[in-house]
Amino acid sequence: MQWESVIGLEVHTQLKTKSKLFSGSPTEYGAMPNTQASIIDLGMPGVLPVLNQKVVEMAIQFGLAVSAKINNRSIFARKNYFYPDLPKGYQISQHDIPIVGTGYLEIENNGAIKKIGITRAHLEEDAGKSIHDLYDNCSAIDLNRAGTPLLEIVSEPDMRSSQEAIIYLKKLHRIVTYLDICDGNLQEGSFRVDANVSIRPVGDTELGTRTELKNINSFKFIEQAIKYEIQRQIKILESNGKVIQETRLYDPVKNETKAMRSKEEAHDYRYFPDPDLLPLEIDKKLLQKCQKNMPELPHDKLERFIKEYKLSKYDASVLTTEKTLADYFENVSNLTSAKSKTVANWIITEFLSYLNKDSVDVTNAPIKAEMLAKLINKIEDKTINGKIAKTVFEKMWNSGKEADAIIKEENLIQLNDDKKLLEIINNILVEHNDKVQDYKNGKIKLFSFFVGQVMKESKGKANPSQVNKLLQGILENS
Amino acid sequence: MHNKNIKEIKQDLINKKYSVKELIQHFIDRIEKYDSKLNAMITFCKQEAIDQSKLITNIDTSTELHGIPLIHKDVICTKNVKTSCGSKMLDNFISPYNATIVDKMQNSGMIMLGKSNMDEFAMGSSTENSFYGVTANPWNLECVSGGSSGGSAALVAARLIPATTGTDTGGSIRQPAGFCGISGIKPTYGRVSRFGLIAYASSLDQAGPMAKSVEDLAYLLNSMAGYDPKDSTSINISVPNYLENLDKKLKGKKLGLPVKLLSDLDSSINQKIQQFIDELKKLGATIVEIDLPNAHLSVPTYYIVAPSECSSNLARFDGIRYGYRHPDPKNITEQYIKSRGYGFGDEVKRRIMLGTYTLSAGYYDAYYLKAQKIRRIIREDYQKAFENVDAVILPTTPTTAFKIGEKIDDPLSMYLSDIYTVGINLAGLPALSLPVGFINELPIGAQIIGKHFAEDTILNIGHQYQLVTDWHKKIPEEFN
Amino acid sequence: MEINDKTISKIAHLARLHLEDQEIHQHKDKLNSILNWVEQLKSVDTDNIEPLYHPLDDSIQPVRDDVITEKNNREELLTLSETHKSGLYLVPKVID
Repeated sequence: MQWESVIGLEVHTQLKTKSKLFSGSPTEYGAMPNTQASIIDLGMPGVLPVLNQKVVEMAIQFGLAVSAKINNRSIFARKNYFYPDLPKGYQISQHDIPIVGTGYLEIENNGAIKKIGITRAHLEEDAGKSIHDLYDNCSAIDLNRAGTPLLEIVSEPDMRSSQEAIIYLKKLHRIVTYLDICDGNLQEGSFRVDANVSIRPVGDTELGTRTELKNINSFKFIEQAIKYEIQRQIKILESNGKVIQETRLYDPVKNETKAMRSKEEAHDYRYFPDPDLLPLEIDKKLLQKCQKNMPELPHDKLERFIKEYKLSKYDASVLTTEKTLADYFENVSNLTSAKSKTVANWIITEFLSYLNKDSVDVTNAPIKAEMLAKLINKIEDKTINGKIAKTVFEKMWNSGKEADAIIKEENLIQLNDDKKLLEIINNILVEHNDKVQDYKNGKIKLFSFFVGQVMKESKGKANPSQVNKLLQGILENS
Repeated sequence: MHNKNIKEIKQDLINKKYSVKELIQHFIDRIEKYDSKLNAMITFCKQEAIDQSKLITNIDTSTELHGIPLIHKDVICTKNVKTSCGSKMLDNFISPYNATIVDKMQNSGMIMLGKSNMDEFAMGSSTENSFYGVTANPWNLECVSGGSSGGSAALVAARLIPATTGTDTGGSIRQPAGFCGISGIKPTYGRVSRFGLIAYASSLDQAGPMAKSVEDLAYLLNSMAGYDPKDSTSINISVPNYLENLDKKLKGKKLGLPVKLLSDLDSSINQKIQQFIDELKKLGATIVEIDLPNAHLSVPTYYIVAPSECSSNLARFDGIRYGYRHPDPKNITEQYIKSRGYGFGDEVKRRIMLGTYTLSAGYYDAYYLKAQKIRRIIREDYQKAFENVDAVILPTTPTTAFKIGEKIDDPLSMYLSDIYTVGINLAGLPALSLPVGFINELPIGAQIIGKHFAEDTILNIGHQYQLVTDWHKKIPEEFN
Repeated sequence: MEINDKTISKIAHLARLHLEDQEIHQHKDKLNSILNWVEQLKSVDTDNIEPLYHPLDDSIQPVRDDVITEKNNREELLTLSETHKSGLYLVPKVID
């Protein structure tokens, strides 16, 4: 039988605010346990929530970016359940009416464009952290994260392969980071993905029983987990078994999914409107403000890069895959007189390959935009040549030093002096007199051999275009 | 001293008839002498109050309440002072912060002498549900003081303190005020900050003052009322000076009386309500018959809405971060169920279970949603009535204070003692209760209910009545 | 709708309340009498009526600026807990 997989994704994005969703506690990652848990976050008796304005604006901007309906009146509800890292015994979330209604994202897979529906996006508080492996008989609770704002983005079950799922997720990731509403850090849990996976015979319209894969912290693992889960379900159905609706965890070491110990009871969250909070109204003024302050989205940036920097579509699309990379490009461009194309080449061929090689992201790269701009300027003002520059780049990457320092230390300044260059050229020609004769007899390919020899003799420092010119003059006229 | 109202005490302090220190000492002495009869206090902050009173050598005449002693209901968080909510669950809880109203009243110069007894988590109508034992009614020590703010009401009635705070979710200020013969006001929902009130039912809870007279209530409400950015449900509109309106004559005031609703009222109480109305007529008010056709639905509606909210509000008590923790739980589930099972009393557990049930899958629509729809109908009845009248008159309770133990095993009959008060909470209206007479030597109260944010109107009516009557000046003999 | 012992135990567990055996019976009887009494609401026609979650439902949610106003007060707050160690709250081991 031919099987079709059906995938829907729920993404919890941690919103990049200074303070929490309903309290003025800081949200910074990595603080000492419980130092960012105020009386409100701890659910002390008598405390009350007050909504963070910034969070509302962020949710609206996300909604606008995915062409979604923004509900002008949304309701906060309580989701009731007991867990030690949930201080109030309920999570404030949105249930019946979320802030962001239906929208969509377009993804491109092998040249084909496909619309992926977005069911909703709603605001909710994060829980704290339970640490189970610190003490033998106890779990330890850190409530720093309790109350951090999340935007949960729920897709329609519109994806048909793990590949489509990943393309959707990367696009979504790009949008929330472009909007600057989420730092997008998967490892730190700022972008948490749950995948609902089911399969059905090709042609069926009914959905099969789904399983939920939870909290997987890299794109690669998400793809592997979904792939594994599809195969597991096919095996079950082909041996006449039944898929059980359950939550499964992915083990990247074994590359398999495992059922979570099934809860002894079905959940009954008893959602009801939070009586401590009033309906959230979004008026035209706020919508217009959010629209006006909307950061540039990937597509618009791509178009602008082609127009403003005269880049090819390919270059522009590579540079805009990540907002941090696009910003890097613009920063370098603004600091150098070199052509944009030159800057683009440096970033695409050198910078990106070093990033990949060391698996670091743009913000953590040892060569900052200003440093690369200075390096490129050294080529532009003929202090060094392009080839030397690549060596300098490598040394900068490894040492974190500025181009200037390396050029000085290693004495790499370009040789532009005609007299000195002629001296080298003449020596080379004398040394290789036989080859000069061959050249004159028509083996004109030998020209690059002479250039190579001159470069070698000058330890790569000779100005290549000057060498070309001088060499040509001598060979033609002798 | 203890028979004087706030205005008189203030004048005496200014005239140096006695000092704040002497004033505080006087009430400390009274509490020490008499509270053993009542059991109205949970925590006595004697030394703190003495220390604070010593610091006041000059009376600030610009602050109406400077130096006036006060006792807060123990549902209200007081920094570094035990805040038990009448529960074993919070017997060990020292609040790390002040409720907004505690700060406000402190900023007005009031001196807190302690925390008053109450039904556990404000659930009850008799203060019999307190972990610390029942509070007796000063008029008859065999009777209940009402609830849930029974301690606050009894303290004022016995003249052990000039002012207390209470909270009112379904009548918890007005019913004990009625039973104890004092005045108490539940302000409009949103008028007084709920920040720092340990929540029972968030969409109904409201704090208010309790005192000997309506005029005293006006002084106290001036300090308590106002928008609080820490409470999303408090309303950001200006607060009038409640003293300014008190002296207005009642001529032209239209008062609504839901005649049908009172048809099955006990005749002796009906008689007192009639006398109250006659007095108001003499003062110039006209009485208009109104209809509140769905008023009989308010108690069952309330007993779905309030327990639903409470089941969620009380989920935070798990013994992890604060509060009672069952010793050495075998596993996490046991920590939860035993800490909560032994930390909460019967009535609290009953309401948590009722609310858990009415919110649970399959029952939400039939109970919770249905009740909230009826709540709108109840509010609309009041809105319609208020198109024609300035205020509505109702009894506070269908009976005078009942005997301790009389209703404790019959929750339904206990719930029905809230029949005239809960509808007002469901609709969010302001209402005050004031004494209008005695039946068998037990006081009986009447309510004056106003439009949203019209506390000034009902205070005015109540004060004008008290200018020509002296029910509010009666003192239980044993405490004179 | 009568609720039985089993339902009581289920609700009690959902609400994380330990009940002694005799408490279960008591609660069952009392809850049943309350539920029977609120049955009267069922006969009220509420078609086309919006629920009123809030007595002042025409007011809207106020918001605060995104600024940090809370300071670290961990040491004081931890003293309210009976079980904590090295800045963490402790509970019996939770097994997922």
